Amino acid sequence: MQQLLNGIFIGSIYALFAIGFTLVFGILDRLNLAHPAVFAASAFVGIELVERGGLSLWAALPIVFVFGAVLGLLIERLAFRPLKGRADAHFAGLISSIALAGMVIALLQWRYGPDTRRFPAGSFPDTRYEVAGAQVTLVQVVILGVSLALMVGLTYMVTRSRLGRGMRAVAENPTAARVLGVNVDRITAVTFAISSALGAVAGVLFAINVNTAQLGMGSAIELKGLAVIIVGGMGSLPGALIGGLVLGLAEVFAVQYIGSSWRDVIAFGLLFVILLLRPQGLLGARKVREV
Amino acid sequence: MRTKLTTVAAATAATVILASCGSGDGDGGGDAAAERTGEGTGDSCTIEGAVPIGAVLSLTGAAASYGESQQRGLELAAEQLAEKGGVTYDLTIEDDQTDPRQGITLFDQFVSQDVSLIIGPTLSNAAVQADPIAQEAGVPVLGISNTAAGVTEIGDYIFRNSLTESAVIPQTIAKATEEYGLENVVVMYSNDDAFTESGYEAFADALEDEGVEVAEEIRFSKSDTDFRALLTQAQESDPDALVVSALIEAAIPLVTQARELGIDVPIIGGNGFNNPRLMADAGDAAEGVVVGAAWNSSSDNPENQAFLKDFEAKYDARPDQFAAQAYAGLMLVDQAVRANCSADREDIKAALGELEDIPTVLGEFSIDENRDAVHPAVVQVVQDGAFAVLE
Repeated sequence: MQQLLNGIFIGSIYALFAIGFTLVFGILDRLNLAHPAVFAASAFVGIELVERGGLSLWAALPIVFVFGAVLGLLIERLAFRPLKGRADAHFAGLISSIALAGMVIALLQWRYGPDTRRFPAGSFPDTRYEVAGAQVTLVQVVILGVSLALMVGLTYMVTRSRLGRGMRAVAENPTAARVLGVNVDRITAVTFAISSALGAVAGVLFAINVNTAQLGMGSAIELKGLAVIIVGGMGSLPGALIGGLVLGLAEVFAVQYIGSSWRDVIAFGLLFVILLLRPQGLLGARKVREV
Repeated sequence: MRTKLTTVAAATAATVILASCGSGDGDGGGDAAAERTGEGTGDSCTIEGAVPIGAVLSLTGAAASYGESQQRGLELAAEQLAEKGGVTYDLTIEDDQTDPRQGITLFDQFVSQDVSLIIGPTLSNAAVQADPIAQEAGVPVLGISNTAAGVTEIGDYIFRNSLTESAVIPQTIAKATEEYGLENVVVMYSNDDAFTESGYEAFADALEDEGVEVAEEIRFSKSDTDFRALLTQAQESDPDALVVSALIEAAIPLVTQARELGIDVPIIGGNGFNNPRLMADAGDAAEGVVVGAAWNSSSDNPENQAFLKDFEAKYDARPDQFAAQAYAGLMLVDQAVRANCSADREDIKAALGELEDIPTVLGEFSIDENRDAVHPAVVQVVQDGAFAVLE
């Protein structure tokens, strides 16, 4: 039972990270490799807000959300928009976003130094609950709640709202969308902003969950995020959610039943098997090129 | 620089040899030592030029918190030795960024700069890769924090003043077994680091010697931060204690999460736990962590008391073991230089090997026939947010 909960908590953070990732990757068909840097940067900024600004954790979260959105706009403006006219815009953007990620991490190191940083002791309540013999902290419940709320909200927005329709139109065919009067640049920028804001919240929640923020925390989760969106099905938001939970649970149960040394082998092996059986991912639609 | 060297070389023949030595010809040290030997012995020894010492520390990256302490310890020692006079040291500290490859580059650099001795590197896994370079070039190395087995086996130029894990851990386990009546423990360690792996082996041997049963061994990566799944697994064996070999970066979240899951048995850590940041960052969760250490911060020997006072005066912070070992390291180098009143590499090497019963902040210090440190260890437990001697 405890392991099940452990898996769900870590899985929900993977999912939150992956949803931000998949929004840009799946919908705009751009791989934004600065996403992990946003993840790390927001964790550090969140800690600074709590530590220096004296804000409570709950007040810091919305600020970090906005911070992430601004970073997202910057990433789009600096790393993607100048290159969008190029024939190889996808690869060019991918590479320029790696460069931007490197700069963000270097700035973080300059500002905060190389040390691991943590929230000051006592910055979140250590209320604990016992659920069927398993220990759950209030913080973990909040992490799960925030993750689920953001995911549900986002899915609703993409499928129902005008903005979401715009996103899907741009994803389908940017030129046609432009002809129909959709402001493609604006939609693209907003998508990046939302994506990064989610990555930012994921970063803070991750830092809270393990009470550790390191410069390399983004790259540690990057691969898992990519695996999750591919398994979940490219661009599918519920797919990313399920993929995240599957990965979290796979890791936990690999430890439980096989041995801690095998965790990554089992977890990634399982993802591999899923892809062999369902190449389009759990909830992905098979792309059919129509003439 | 090149033109300057050439001019000087034209002036004196002796410096020609020095210059050639500077280009990497390590075995010419004996001749180049004209400026490196002085008059007198022991305290009266006077050497004209400053003795060049290189230090390779991890000032950034995963081991930065150790490296920073070491830097402070070394700089304090250098400052005090400069005040004492007679022999002065030109201490150059370089950062290996917690990357063994960078450590190799820096060792090469120091060897070619003709330093008398190299201090460091911070981590054992960097030491096993970089020390052979100094060994081959005939430059003595003094490790000030390498605790993994096998480091001094690299060669006869490699020394250390840090007690090995295999010297500290049996004392830790014996003491903890006696205090807590351990019968059944879970061992956790990160298996991708030379230091924590050799710590694990020392723990395993010590537990076997004490007749403590190991219910389960759990491995993780040194970069892991979420240990809940592993700890839940450990909890199922209902152990009397957790025995953990990990670096401080992993130790803090591990301890915090263990307490969160309701594991309130003692957590016995290796040398990596021996860091005040454990209490600063893990807070109440750190209570009950047991760590063997090479340095007893509350020891009342006069060297230690003076060190505590001077360190606090200079940095406005309390020293940790890494600072103490670094400080003792440079002081021991000074002893070795003064013994023959020579900063020649061969002379330092010979003198280091003969250090015996030197009073230091670590207690009475000797170097044994394997070039390892011999001095008393201490077993500590975290109580009310500070290390207290376990007794």
